[in-house]
Amino acid sequence: MSGDAPTRRSQTVALPAQPDVEGRGARIGEAAPRPDGLLKATGGFAYSSDLWAAGMLWGATVRSPHPHARIVRIDTAEALALPGVHAVLTHADVPGRKLHGAMVVDQPVLAMDTVRFHGEPVAVLAADHPATARRAAALVRVVYEVLPPLTDPDSALAPDAVRVQPQGNLVRHVRVRRGAAQRGELPHADVVVRGEYETGVQDQAFLSPESGMAVPAADGGVDLHVATQWIHVDHEQVAASLALPGEKVRVRLAGVGGAFGAREDLSMHVHACLLALRTDRPVKMCYSREESFLGHAHRHPARMTYEHGATREGKLVYVKADIILDGGAYASSSPAVTGTVATCSVGPYEVEHVRVDVRTVYTHNPPSGAMRGFGAVQTCFGYESQMDRLARALDLDPVEVRTRNAVRQGSVVANGQVLDHPAPVAELLGRLRAMPLPRQEAAPSGSATAALCMGTPVPGRVVRGVGFAAGLKNVGFVEGFDDYSTARVVLELHEGLPRVRVRTAAAEVGQGLVTLQAQIARTELDVETVLVEQGDSGFGDAGPTSSARQSYVTGGAVKAAAEAVRTRVLRRADELLAGAGQGPAAGVSRGAVVDGNGAVLLDLAKVLAEGAVAETVEWHHRPTRPLDDGTGQGDSVFQFAFSAHRAVVDVDVELGLVRVVALDCVQDVGRAMNPPALRGQLHGGSAQGLGLALMEEILLERGEVRTTSFTDYHLPTTADVPRMRTEILECADAHAPYGLRGAGEMPHVTSPAAVAAAVRDATGRALARLPVRPEDILGLHHRKEDPA
Amino acid sequence: MEFLLPRDRQEALELMAGRPGTVPVAGGTDVMVGWNMSRGLPARALDLSRLGHLSRRRYGEGRYRLGANTTYSTLTDELRGELPGLAAAAGAVGSRQIRNRGTLGGSLGSAWPAADAHPALLACRAEVELASVRGSRRVPVREFFSGPGRTAREGDELIEAVLLPRPEGPQLFTKVGRKAVATLATCSFAVALWPSTRQVLTGVGGADRPAPAAVAEAFLAGQLAAHGTWESGERLPDEVVRHFGELAAEGAVLGDDVRATAEYRRRALSVLARRSLAQAWENYRTERHRCA
Repeated sequence: MSGDAPTRRSQTVALPAQPDVEGRGARIGEAAPRPDGLLKATGGFAYSSDLWAAGMLWGATVRSPHPHARIVRIDTAEALALPGVHAVLTHADVPGRKLHGAMVVDQPVLAMDTVRFHGEPVAVLAADHPATARRAAALVRVVYEVLPPLTDPDSALAPDAVRVQPQGNLVRHVRVRRGAAQRGELPHADVVVRGEYETGVQDQAFLSPESGMAVPAADGGVDLHVATQWIHVDHEQVAASLALPGEKVRVRLAGVGGAFGAREDLSMHVHACLLALRTDRPVKMCYSREESFLGHAHRHPARMTYEHGATREGKLVYVKADIILDGGAYASSSPAVTGTVATCSVGPYEVEHVRVDVRTVYTHNPPSGAMRGFGAVQTCFGYESQMDRLARALDLDPVEVRTRNAVRQGSVVANGQVLDHPAPVAELLGRLRAMPLPRQEAAPSGSATAALCMGTPVPGRVVRGVGFAAGLKNVGFVEGFDDYSTARVVLELHEGLPRVRVRTAAAEVGQGLVTLQAQIARTELDVETVLVEQGDSGFGDAGPTSSARQSYVTGGAVKAAAEAVRTRVLRRADELLAGAGQGPAAGVSRGAVVDGNGAVLLDLAKVLAEGAVAETVEWHHRPTRPLDDGTGQGDSVFQFAFSAHRAVVDVDVELGLVRVVALDCVQDVGRAMNPPALRGQLHGGSAQGLGLALMEEILLERGEVRTTSFTDYHLPTTADVPRMRTEILECADAHAPYGLRGAGEMPHVTSPAAVAAAVRDATGRALARLPVRPEDILGLHHRKEDPA
Repeated sequence: MEFLLPRDRQEALELMAGRPGTVPVAGGTDVMVGWNMSRGLPARALDLSRLGHLSRRRYGEGRYRLGANTTYSTLTDELRGELPGLAAAAGAVGSRQIRNRGTLGGSLGSAWPAADAHPALLACRAEVELASVRGSRRVPVREFFSGPGRTAREGDELIEAVLLPRPEGPQLFTKVGRKAVATLATCSFAVALWPSTRQVLTGVGGADRPAPAAVAEAFLAGQLAAHGTWESGERLPDEVVRHFGELAAEGAVLGDDVRATAEYRRRALSVLARRSLAQAWENYRTERHRCA
């Protein structure tokens, strides 16, 4: 434990999933089983794709086969003539705002005169059967004048580059200038290491593709049931495009099968509503997997040039970096990702002099947007590759070089912000190194090691490697954005017993807020029965389920609302007790109001007999500030999170195949609210990172998506993911509710870099690109995509 | 689409005869995936699931006769001892769910160049039994794959069975893919030793079509004959094994695609062939000494 960290508790979490203790629901810090867990595991959970309504129609989308083309003409007559087809709509049928975008309003609801990426929606239609809808989609005749696409992000800013957007091809440029870099210089360093790194396009690959149902309402409005991460930002955009007042559009959360950022932008939302309002029938839209690959923004591919200068002792002197992100055709979350990349560009290390330029550009590739890690994944691969390079240049142990530079509480990070909460990076690494290493398995024949090919076991040349990575990322929204949350807590009598109802509009996408809200209410009010109700767009905003922020912000809102309820209950109790010589009321415990010594004053039921107590609270995290335009400095982040991984790999060096045999993770979470769910986040994030490191990639060829199925988009299976050791540190952040730290993103941030480092360690290859392909390990050349 | 549900063999063959272009469907792991992937459904499909004779298997006169509806799971669960090469290949197919549905006949009919069963069938001297109203015929699997995506099956024929002689020596199958399981082969290789005829037979997957590594086979046959290695049971010299691997890769028509470059396939194939031969020969020697 770093000396300056006010540690509340530090322990290894090893918890089997526990059933609810008889009659006693889980409080914070205890194992809370998911109410939807069994249903999801047994196939009984109703996802958004399971929605059904009498008389409903099925929507389908006509998409551009070209990355860049002018639309000459759209002829819908043939599709409309097909029996069973009820409507075919184009951009001309969008009554309101023809563009959408959660951050920048630049993406057409339906393409107008130009298509800018392969898969861009051009027309939508509704039919009485999904097969009819699919057939009709093939009958919509779109005449394109195909134009040359701009697909190389490096040439997007050239003066003669094709303009993807009218204002030019720069989405955002963030400059970080610290120390001497503010004067345009960088100091001398004894050792300088340079490297160029690249990451491919990763897909969120959630379980349940984009889907939802729009139901026309009697008031001329529409109810949209949809799987989303942020009800309110959807609501605002849908209402604007439909030209309806906000109250006539109701967005309700349908069963969400994973998100990982891919549900931050609109997909079928406006389309289904347009079709429902036109046909006056419920319209369901449900993307196929192939369509899903085309239908949402992916992780930004990055090209990064890093230069690290250090003293002979391995202390970092400066970091210089140039990072280009391919934003694709529309802005999506690119402006925010650019900022995150800049702020997280040097990692969890103390660096006095920093000169970093991050540019995100428009191209005719599919839009890039939010995905778990939000830019911090790419930079972690860059700076951690550099730390290993530095370790080699100085003949230092990779953990040692990191530990010498690790931030701690009080350190300053790239945006100039002083870490005013625990930052136990050195301890994360130390604990990882102390974990036992797995034993190497012998080949069936005894002498040699077992090859990693499939089929009959044969001996092969297999080499083991070990790699470490540490990283950081902001929790929640940044740069002055006030992503508050709203919670309503009601304490009432139900069949004579106290009961709590909690309501927020936060989206449960699988991450576990559904148990957390009940745990918090139980902790604050000590009442066993808690109902968690899903708020819709008519309820107060909860902000998005992204950036690992819901436990913090919506958790904070539920806590604050429960506290407000408790305060009122105590006041009411004092009024009831007035003159009885008891009190004052100091708390609630086991269904009773108690005094400061815990002695029962009166039953909660008596207090509540006068009526329920309800409080709605809008809760804000502490404010953040924008980044300075010239220097990228500013207290833009309300909390940073940290994790570290150690990967152990076996590499079949003749086949270029990798088997990860251990992927161990240590993370500081401030407070483990629901330990089994937390462990699930660590496992899942680590596995998703393993995917990026070794196999997951959307391949593009001159802007066209070549991998639209799980045949060629490789998701790791249980056979690819090893058993993982996880250790959880709980170094409380005094600014956060219960001291907690957002946890969901970090495991994905550091695992790719650790896996890559381990493969490097085994092979001695530079491996400058993720995912690492068998060709890279064998030193073979690649098919060059985009001759441009 | 037209969906045909014959109740017996005769009806099935008559339906096939009357409707050229009909696509037989067994487990549906290809046809249905195609549908989900928006490749569309065939205009006419003939469901083989009610034809009980296609699921039968028997052994007689030194050979196994496996009905076309034999699933990969059957091969891995019930025939691992009898047909180790084919069982190893079947075990490398997709996931357990796919192996429960996917069939030998379906694999042959679709003739995907990366299908796992094909190299093993090639090395294991399989014959394909085809039937139509015109009668039945047997085609050695080495002649069955007539070109990329093409087979010797006529439009009115059904694949009824696969015939495999009882193994005489080691049979191995190895495969490279991007994942540990549930993945298409980037390339694959099968080898089977036939001491009675002094043959080492092979099969290559992941090239333009499933094919034996004929040049490598011939080279090895020459080496073994010249040095009397079948008889002596000596170790194969490293350079012979290595050259066999190189020839196996050189003889295959390999392409670039989203899964790998042709260069990688060539490299990986040579490694698989080398390792497989080395292990197969080692097993043969060991077995021989034990018997002697």
